[in-house]
Amino acid sequence: MIKPYAITLKPGTSLSNLTGTWRTERPVYLDRLPPCNNACPAGENVQGWLYHAESGDYEQAWRVLVEENPFPAVMGRVCYHPCEGQCNRGKLDSPVGINSVERFLGDEAIRRGWKFSLPPDSSGKKVLVVGAGPSGLSAAYHLARMGHEVEIQEAGPMAGGMMRFGIPKYRLPRDVLDAEVQRIVDLGVRLRLNSRVDNIAQGMQNFDAAFLAVGAHIAKRAFIPAGDATHVVDAVSLLRSMEGEEKPMLGRRVVVYGGGNTAIDVARTARRLGATDAIIVYRRTREKMSAHDFEIEEALQEGVMIKWLSAIRQAGEGQLTVEKMVLDDKGMPVPTGEFETMEADSLVLALGQDVDLSLLEGVPDLEIKNGVVQVSASMMTGYPGLFAGGDMVPSERNVTVAVGHGKKAARHIDAYLRGTSYEPHSKHELADYEKLNTWYYSDADKTVRPMLDIIRRQTSFDEVQGGLDETTALFEARRCLSCGNCFECDNCYGVCPDNAVIKLGPGKRFKFNYDYCKGCGLCAAECPCGAIKMVPEEI
Amino acid sequence: MGFQTIKFYQTGTYTVGNRLLLPDQRSVQAGESRSNSINSGHRACQGCGEALGARYAIDAAMAESDNRLIAVNATGCLEVFSTPYPESSWQVPWIHSVFGNAPAVATGIAAAMKVKGKKDVRVVAQGGDGGTTDIGFGCLSGMFERNDDVLYICYDNEAYMNTGVQRSSATPPAARTATTMPVGPEPGNPFGQGKNLPEIAMAHGIPYVATATVADLRDLEYKVKKAMKMHGARYIHLFVPCPLGWGTASSDTIRIARLAKESGLFPVFEAEHGEITGVLKIRRKVGVEEYLMPQKRFAHLFGSHSHPEMVIRIQEIADRNIRKYGLLDEEAA
Repeated sequence: MIKPYAITLKPGTSLSNLTGTWRTERPVYLDRLPPCNNACPAGENVQGWLYHAESGDYEQAWRVLVEENPFPAVMGRVCYHPCEGQCNRGKLDSPVGINSVERFLGDEAIRRGWKFSLPPDSSGKKVLVVGAGPSGLSAAYHLARMGHEVEIQEAGPMAGGMMRFGIPKYRLPRDVLDAEVQRIVDLGVRLRLNSRVDNIAQGMQNFDAAFLAVGAHIAKRAFIPAGDATHVVDAVSLLRSMEGEEKPMLGRRVVVYGGGNTAIDVARTARRLGATDAIIVYRRTREKMSAHDFEIEEALQEGVMIKWLSAIRQAGEGQLTVEKMVLDDKGMPVPTGEFETMEADSLVLALGQDVDLSLLEGVPDLEIKNGVVQVSASMMTGYPGLFAGGDMVPSERNVTVAVGHGKKAARHIDAYLRGTSYEPHSKHELADYEKLNTWYYSDADKTVRPMLDIIRRQTSFDEVQGGLDETTALFEARRCLSCGNCFECDNCYGVCPDNAVIKLGPGKRFKFNYDYCKGCGLCAAECPCGAIKMVPEEI
Repeated sequence: MGFQTIKFYQTGTYTVGNRLLLPDQRSVQAGESRSNSINSGHRACQGCGEALGARYAIDAAMAESDNRLIAVNATGCLEVFSTPYPESSWQVPWIHSVFGNAPAVATGIAAAMKVKGKKDVRVVAQGGDGGTTDIGFGCLSGMFERNDDVLYICYDNEAYMNTGVQRSSATPPAARTATTMPVGPEPGNPFGQGKNLPEIAMAHGIPYVATATVADLRDLEYKVKKAMKMHGARYIHLFVPCPLGWGTASSDTIRIARLAKESGLFPVFEAEHGEITGVLKIRRKVGVEEYLMPQKRFAHLFGSHSHPEMVIRIQEIADRNIRKYGLLDEEAA
């Protein structure tokens, strides 16, 4: 029997119709670099650890965090969090409180006694670290985790460097610092205190490599003629003496000279020591001040006063001579010839710090410029096997940068010890705000950390900023937009009109079925976090 | 609105899924075991809102009916692109009616199931706006009036797309179609009186009427599931942008649907027995220009020979919707 054409074919499924051939562009999954990660001087995978914190797995979050930085509880208190400045959520409502979640994780780790996973088998190599500040401890931590034997030689009586002798207690309680240092020592790092290295060339003879991180702790002086009776001290020794039993005597009216964070620290410390007036004298204006804005703000709240556009010319008994300044068109201060006097029981100079380079004498091929040691991109000095980081090399000077140096140096030292070279991963492209589809994020304002009552702040060394509790920390973590990195929201899987996205199950993300994907681009347009990109098909 | 929004879990219920929600709080579409009622290999254009809307809706109906579902399909894009002889993309029992009689065919199937005592088998009928608001309107009204046990879903893409983008009674004012060219003093589709089918359905006093868009999956799934829990005549009007007919980028389908809702031009609400019981509020209000400008069918309203007075009239329609349905929160207003 001859059938009409229309009923000669057997029923079939549309799966035999490979619509993928229509495509001119294909979607691809990618990880873009979140701006927080990009901004972190210590190279933390911020988005990565927030991902685990979001689901309440704080231990895993902490473990991802300490892959890069062994000091979350310290960081959560003293880091100036440039990550938050770059956070894409800032363009939506306010940045994610990354720093406060970090502190929560750090405190949680101390409270629960989480330990670092133990290093692999020993490499048999020995590395000397000079200086137990943030940079040295960070390097020691990473080197130990790579299986190297590490010895830290520290000139001072306690570990921590500027974290202990520079940052006041009201910002960083010492039990927190001690706990995080101890955890590094528990990795098998040998910490020798009161052990000054006078000559590094000799000191490193029994080691395969050395990392120098002696910091910058010699206070800069300005020439100020001072009578014998005037009490003039430098900020470094003042903050250092705060660690001793005898608290320094500053009097009731304390003047601090300088415009950096140290000046602010000293003025706030003076208030806590009982000064009725703590006055910062600075040659330029607030906009030019190198101290961070929120610290200036906190200091002003505590009653610290700031005298702008003023230079101290002379320190007499109980009083200072101050010259008024104006800014020239380049923003530099110029004297006006107008003088005034102000009363002061003591004057603290917070004018910056220099590096003690004496231990480098006799080391060949070193380059020293502007008082700091020059290093290559791999943090190595001109002398083979001698690396350096922290405040003693050219860079911004803060704890987070120092920790980052320690990590970077450790990686290069590890490669040096293996006779190879360390090639950092090429950076992913940046996940900027334009790559996000912010429609999908819940509206949620930032949780503000509780601030200590102002009276208690002025009179005690209790910590000023409180921490988040678990609910608020979880809320804060969940404000993360997960920029550039898939967080398995299922949008691509849902919005594909062609069922061409395959869900691989929890933690395994998705893949495209290019047999059927027509390349419409809906998945990329509706991906909240910018983890899909359309690329032209090659013809 | 009965739909329970969940806030603060990063993306809450805005995204299709959310790993932070409990399994029973997740959407049907997020599940690996969703029925994919309309499967890969169909011949819809890139970024087709109707193909997406149909899978969203029928998957939800399948989940709610324990996969005991028969789907009737009027002639139209959905039928043509999903089932070119001898292939079909449908993974549900599916029957193709002619253009205008899907409601009547569905009525017949529902009656047959009743006679056979198959109480668990549910019936869904679906059609485009042409098959629903024009050609099938009589059958549909009859189905409503008799309160037959059928859920009718209209996929509204605002013109006859399958036959080459001709005007339907759901085509909005000023839109260019093959039969309403952008010429003359009032280019595009005349303003006319409009034909608001959800309200006509409500006027029948049937148990359930709802509108939804492909931009709010959780709202759509909630409405389909709710309708499936009820018996009698039910109607869901689903807004599905058409990249081909509207002249939009294939990747813009969901964004356009979102803008239709956020501008107030497409009010999203639900009603029981003729009374409105819930409204999906506008979250980030936009002017109608933001919705109109990305669409080439409205291109003649903008540019060198623009028609701002027509844009104003369209904005008035949106404003009237906002007032009438209470689309703005008091504090947002």
